[in-house]
Amino acid sequence: MTLLAVQDLAVARGGLRTVEGVSFALDAGQALILRGPNGIGKTTLLRAVAGLQPPVAGRIEMADDAVAYAAHADGLKGALTVTENLAFWAQIFGGGDVAGAIAAMDLTGLAHRPAAALSAGQKRRLGLARLMVARRPLWVLDEPTVSLDAASVARFAAMVRGHLAQGGAALIATHIDLGLDAGVLDLTPYRARADSTARPAGFNEAFA
Amino acid sequence: MSIWEYANPVKFMRTSGAILPWVVAGAAVCTVTGLTWGFLTPEDYRQGSTVKIVFLHVPAAMMAINIWVMMLVASLIWLIRRHHVSALAAKAAAPIGAVMTVIGLITGAVWGQPMWGTWWEWDPRLTSFLILLLFYIGYMALWSAVEDPDSAADLTGVLCLVGSVFALLSRYAVFFWNQGLHQGASLSVQSGERMSAVYRYPLYLTMLGFGLLFLSLLLIRTRTEIRKRRLAALQAREMRT
Amino acid sequence: MIALLRRDLRLAIRAGGGFGLGVAFFLILCALVPFGVGPDTAALQPIAPGILWLGALLACLLSLDRIFALDHEDGSLDLLATSPLPLEGAVAIKALAHWITTGLPLIVAAPLFGILLHLPGAAVPALLASLLLGTPALSMLGAFGAAVTVGLRRGGLLLSLLVLPLYIPTLIFGTEMIRRGQEGGDTGTPLLFLAGITAGVLAVIPFAAAAALRVNLR
Repeated sequence: MTLLAVQDLAVARGGLRTVEGVSFALDAGQALILRGPNGIGKTTLLRAVAGLQPPVAGRIEMADDAVAYAAHADGLKGALTVTENLAFWAQIFGGGDVAGAIAAMDLTGLAHRPAAALSAGQKRRLGLARLMVARRPLWVLDEPTVSLDAASVARFAAMVRGHLAQGGAALIATHIDLGLDAGVLDLTPYRARADSTARPAGFNEAFA
Repeated sequence: MSIWEYANPVKFMRTSGAILPWVVAGAAVCTVTGLTWGFLTPEDYRQGSTVKIVFLHVPAAMMAINIWVMMLVASLIWLIRRHHVSALAAKAAAPIGAVMTVIGLITGAVWGQPMWGTWWEWDPRLTSFLILLLFYIGYMALWSAVEDPDSAADLTGVLCLVGSVFALLSRYAVFFWNQGLHQGASLSVQSGERMSAVYRYPLYLTMLGFGLLFLSLLLIRTRTEIRKRRLAALQAREMRT
Repeated sequence: MIALLRRDLRLAIRAGGGFGLGVAFFLILCALVPFGVGPDTAALQPIAPGILWLGALLACLLSLDRIFALDHEDGSLDLLATSPLPLEGAVAIKALAHWITTGLPLIVAAPLFGILLHLPGAAVPALLASLLLGTPALSMLGAFGAAVTVGLRRGGLLLSLLVLPLYIPTLIFGTEMIRRGQEGGDTGTPLLFLAGITAGVLAVIPFAAAAALRVNLR
């Protein structure tokens, strides 16, 4: 079953095209790693897939409410405890097992600490635990391993593997080798050509 | 051939460039003739020579409202059909409208001083113009605060819609709040002759002149905005290669 | 939706100042006015309705930028936008949370501060009714302004510039209602206008605010 089909996608950041002509598909149980140099538009592409910004061209086909998105900001409230933070997102996403997610990311001992007291890596783990309670088939992850130590990266990779085994899919922008059985898509060849960068949304082609 | 062809920037630039000299000339002729004619009209038996400010006051006030309506229409066209020229025209119109509002307020104050004995009166009409000025200022401030041009166009478009409703609402709320000194509409059609023909014809001419003046300023400013967008795009392209 | 409301209220309580600051500002304003205009009942009584409404309005304005700014910074807004919750609903809930933490305490405090301004007791029902009907519109319009300016540098100043003109009709009918209550006149007309504006605002503005949020998120 295809969870995500992207065809001839072009995205723009700050009114300029970054990548164009990107096509790929993700079936249940598959993961795809996005690579490419800084500024190529990995984040922008992921935001487009998550539905946060409209693509400039091309099609993104998937079911409604299929995406769980995680980026640099974890959406945590410092004044709430670890459990409260996670329970909130579980309620919003109509979801899952809070205690299980806490255990999976090894946060059990911290469950009643306010999130403000966590270290950067612990916050990251909490942010990733949110994916498990969101119960969405398609994970869209932007540099998920930032500030994680080796043990936590392994734990996270196991979590992704579990998600894939349950019929989910993951689209991940990362430079770390997660040890996943995943396809790799290098965005470098899709960098927008110079003559098309300047036409973000149909304004300037009239001048061309 | 449809009107939407002018939403194409190139087509717009070519056409507006061709008609601009004629519009400017028309604006100059109508405004200068109308104002001179108006200045030479006889003095009013009640208001004396102060009545002559009407030839600035009424056209400016009229344009202040009409420009906001034009911005509303342009914003709607942008929000619905995504024509960039439309958004840029709304952006270009706002400062002109704000200046027209200020001219309306200042000439009103100068006229009000000898007539009502005060520079400012919290009269419904004056107050609603002050509120209109606040909306113009907010609209322009939002344009200048948002960096991404398309986002700025979207946000100001939404603000223009909401602002229009509230400007209208405020206008009627203000009547509820204070009954004013201001005379009714000078050129009202249904209430018969309010103003003698001696004043009416030069006033029509200045109104036409102000309309053309707005059109020429709008075309110039919209052309500038389009060139600015084009320039930014070219610079960005240069940085890429 | 209830979860979002509960979280926002809990955050307001834990972060402190959520309930208290607006009222404290309101108190200071009502305490400063007599220093400005003199302590005479004759001077204070006629302006009391206006001061009370202006105080409520400014106190409301103080906390507006927090409606979306914090959620924008920590990424919660992105997550809410990708959640099954419609963004319009999230906007309405956050405006409601703002009203509960800011508007409601102001309404409770207003009769007390009315005493400071020599507001006659006969006007208190009109004061309460006008605030109760009017302040939800203030929170909702404020949420719209916050949605438009979220993520902008100098957003706070711009926010007041955009929102305050939208408050004019509510302010006019709110003070008019208290004034009529003070004079024992008919408060029905301004009450209906006030209720009408609030109803219209609550029905339409969430859509405008959500549209602005979507633009700011991309």
